[in-house]
Amino acid sequence: MSTVNGLPISISGITKRYGDLYALDNIDLEIKQGEFLTLLGPSGSGKTTLLMALAGFTRPDHGSIKFGDEEIILKAPHQRGVGMMFQNYALFPHMNVEQNISYPLRLRKVNKTEILERVNQALATVQLTGFGDRGIDQLSGGQRQRVALARAIVFGPRILLMDEPLSALDKNLREKMQIELRHLHEELGMTTVYVTHDQREALTMSDRIVVINNGKLMQCATPRNLYDYPANKFVAEFIGESAFLKVDHQGDDIYFNGQKLLVETPPKGQKDLLLMIRPERLMVMVDGQNSENMNIFNVTVSEIVYQGETKIIYVILDDGTSISMRLSTRSGQPQNEIDEGDKIKLVLHKSDTTIVEDGGY
Amino acid sequence: MYWVGGTNMNWFKKSASETQITHGQRLWLYIVAIIIMFLLVVPTLIVIPMSFSASQYLEFPPKEWSFRWYEFYFSSNAWLSATATSLKAGVYTMLVATPLGVMASYGLYVSSHRAARLVYLLLITPIMIPVILIGIGSFYIYVQIGLVNTMFGLVVAHTILALPLVLIVVTSALKSYDMGQEQAARSLGASRFTAFMTVTLPQIRFSIVTAALLAFLTSFDEVIVAMFISGGDNATLTKNMFNALRDQIDPTIASISTIMIIVSTTLVILTQIFGRGKNVK
Amino acid sequence: MSTSTYDHVNERELKNHAAKERRVLLGLTSPAVLCVLTIMVIPVAWLFYLSFIGSDGNFSLEHYQRMLDSKSYARIFFTTFKVSLLTTVICVFIGYPLAYFLSQLPARVANICMLSVLLPFWTSLLVRTYSWLVLLQRKGIINQVGMDMGFWDEPLKLVHNLSGTLIGMVHIMLPFLILPLYASMKSIPQDYMKASSNLGATPTQSFWQVFFPLSMPGLMAGSLIVFILSLGFFVTPAILGGGKVIMVAMQITSNIELFFDWGAASALGVVLLVMTFAVLFIASKLMRLDNVLGGGH
Repeated sequence: MSTVNGLPISISGITKRYGDLYALDNIDLEIKQGEFLTLLGPSGSGKTTLLMALAGFTRPDHGSIKFGDEEIILKAPHQRGVGMMFQNYALFPHMNVEQNISYPLRLRKVNKTEILERVNQALATVQLTGFGDRGIDQLSGGQRQRVALARAIVFGPRILLMDEPLSALDKNLREKMQIELRHLHEELGMTTVYVTHDQREALTMSDRIVVINNGKLMQCATPRNLYDYPANKFVAEFIGESAFLKVDHQGDDIYFNGQKLLVETPPKGQKDLLLMIRPERLMVMVDGQNSENMNIFNVTVSEIVYQGETKIIYVILDDGTSISMRLSTRSGQPQNEIDEGDKIKLVLHKSDTTIVEDGGY
Repeated sequence: MYWVGGTNMNWFKKSASETQITHGQRLWLYIVAIIIMFLLVVPTLIVIPMSFSASQYLEFPPKEWSFRWYEFYFSSNAWLSATATSLKAGVYTMLVATPLGVMASYGLYVSSHRAARLVYLLLITPIMIPVILIGIGSFYIYVQIGLVNTMFGLVVAHTILALPLVLIVVTSALKSYDMGQEQAARSLGASRFTAFMTVTLPQIRFSIVTAALLAFLTSFDEVIVAMFISGGDNATLTKNMFNALRDQIDPTIASISTIMIIVSTTLVILTQIFGRGKNVK
Repeated sequence: MSTSTYDHVNERELKNHAAKERRVLLGLTSPAVLCVLTIMVIPVAWLFYLSFIGSDGNFSLEHYQRMLDSKSYARIFFTTFKVSLLTTVICVFIGYPLAYFLSQLPARVANICMLSVLLPFWTSLLVRTYSWLVLLQRKGIINQVGMDMGFWDEPLKLVHNLSGTLIGMVHIMLPFLILPLYASMKSIPQDYMKASSNLGATPTQSFWQVFFPLSMPGLMAGSLIVFILSLGFFVTPAILGGGKVIMVAMQITSNIELFFDWGAASALGVVLLVMTFAVLFIASKLMRLDNVLGGGH
């Protein structure tokens, strides 16, 4: 399969209302040429609506969508030239594998020899060589998924849209396919927009992730930045596990229960702020440890839950709030000596002390 | 699978339903049901042996067997031409009502127009109002515009009687069909029309064939409207049969009825065999 | 949360596009709508108009007046309702057990037995009516067998009267009751009956307390169809009634064929139509008609 030049996508001011409900609320987004961008959000957040707007099946109320330099928002779906993968694959049951894959080529009146060649190439790309004359009902779930992919790319689209294509697969196959899809993307070069509600999937596959909630764009960032510097509580909660503690701020100083916190970049603005603590970033303080750049908390251990490769330790802070920390069960570590009821000190590195705005719902 | 170990008595004690009622306790229901089924089928088919009766009077069982009423039918220009008319009208109605109905069903199903519901009700109405009204109504209008006793007029009238059935059958098929496939086809470059023809149509084929059959039968069996607006050279079989029944009891009708039963049943069987395409999920 | 109108790019074009698509799709129905308008709406409207034209050609209520005054018209309406009601009730009593029986059979057997319902359904009603005419007559097989077996001495008058009409109509209408009823019965989840037994009900109690009420929608739908069809029925009463059972549709026909009295016929037609809609209206208040009529999503 030859590499194509992916097209950049420009989305501006896209709004879609259903009565009083905003399915999409003034979405502005620039998708770079050839990038793998994931739309991440809970059910009903609008991520699928946005994808459908890109495909042309949902017509926004107003806004502009450009593929490259071309405004396409008024174009019918069949004129947009994007490849699309659906959640239930939507393979045509009355055609076999070869007929499904050659369908877009036949529509474009490609000649027979070239069709044969391109179909075989597509099958090779998804590692299904020789499956051409199989019926759809003879394929397993994973195989169907690959046929759907082959069909979507065989006509060389420069943009690929995927609507939760892995959600019907079991866990092992899912994780395997995530990596395969990512490799395929790098090999083929088309701009890919991927929709999912699974944050781990998004973190694994994407160049950038766009978090959407209630039709609004919450944050657009690389997986790393999204995880470490979430824009608000919703994003922070949606990705990974965290505890959220109220903090006060005066000027640039952040206070938790009267204790001044060491923070790298405090957010500006008047909104309510929260301290976000990821369980795996906390450490047990050892005597004599260098506590420069560390925030220290006094806690009482309330419960220890062993989970195999990690254990969760539930602790109670001075003000009675309970938070959890996740620690490895590697031998020879300070946490292995802790018992329930112990009073210990926890440290959180300045860079892991993340302050987020409350909100996003 | 109900006969256990050779003794019939065991079957009566077997459970017949979720409530564990036994077959024995339900025996009365089985007997009643079988009687009713018998009473449904026998009067329908009794014309067949009757048509072979040699006697002038309608009788069953026939005292003498003969083909005379078939001979009479096949040598009678009036009856043959009426049969031809009915067959033609049936086929034309099928050819008109089916595409019109499929188009209308599809249009109504995918259109989000506010008027869609109303249009659906409008198109269904012909089977809800008494047929006699359509009979006399179309007769009156046809007299004004000179369409009485014409094939064209007959087909148009039968079409509106057949349309509701086509609509109901095709709409129900669309409801259990995955429209995502049309979306997939459109995303691959097919216009709505192409997507419908290449992806949807093959998969709802069986329902369309059933609808076409219903359209044909509606026209072929139709009596009342035909009674008013068909006539002369274009009189239908049913119209002539009805008149014959009203005036005097003509045994030829038995043979015609037998032929009609054979035609209907054959069509239904053919539909079942050839209507089903590949197994659709 | 909407920004000012200046920022709504492409809004007008998008709206026009959407409206156009809606119209085009609805437009697919236009040939069908045209047919229905020409053959049903316009003629019926015309009939409505005609019913108000008296014999002198001017606006008049004489046709409606005649219906109120004349005793024979009253009898016709009464007969029509009587026959329809009786047909419906008999169909319910005969059809329900059969539908229940069919619903309890395993799929393959049920499909075969269903043929006994479908075969009459796709056989012309003229053929069926004719069969009954022969079967029920004085020298017909029913009388012959009955007399041979000693059940009765004189041939029973089974045809050319109300009995014959009813027998014929019930036979014609049964499939219309059984099919929706069967569909409704099949949709009752089997778990409900299991739950009922588990909670202590005998099979009979489970049937009357759980199954029967749940089958009501199908029964109502089927009865409604039978009743409405019977109201407007013509062929069977005309042939099997022997002139003694006169239904509205028959009177309309004779008004036109014999007397060319369009005014009277139209008035009767209008009344029949109003009766039909009245029944539909009452029914729609009592139950959900969506299931009966099908319809869009």
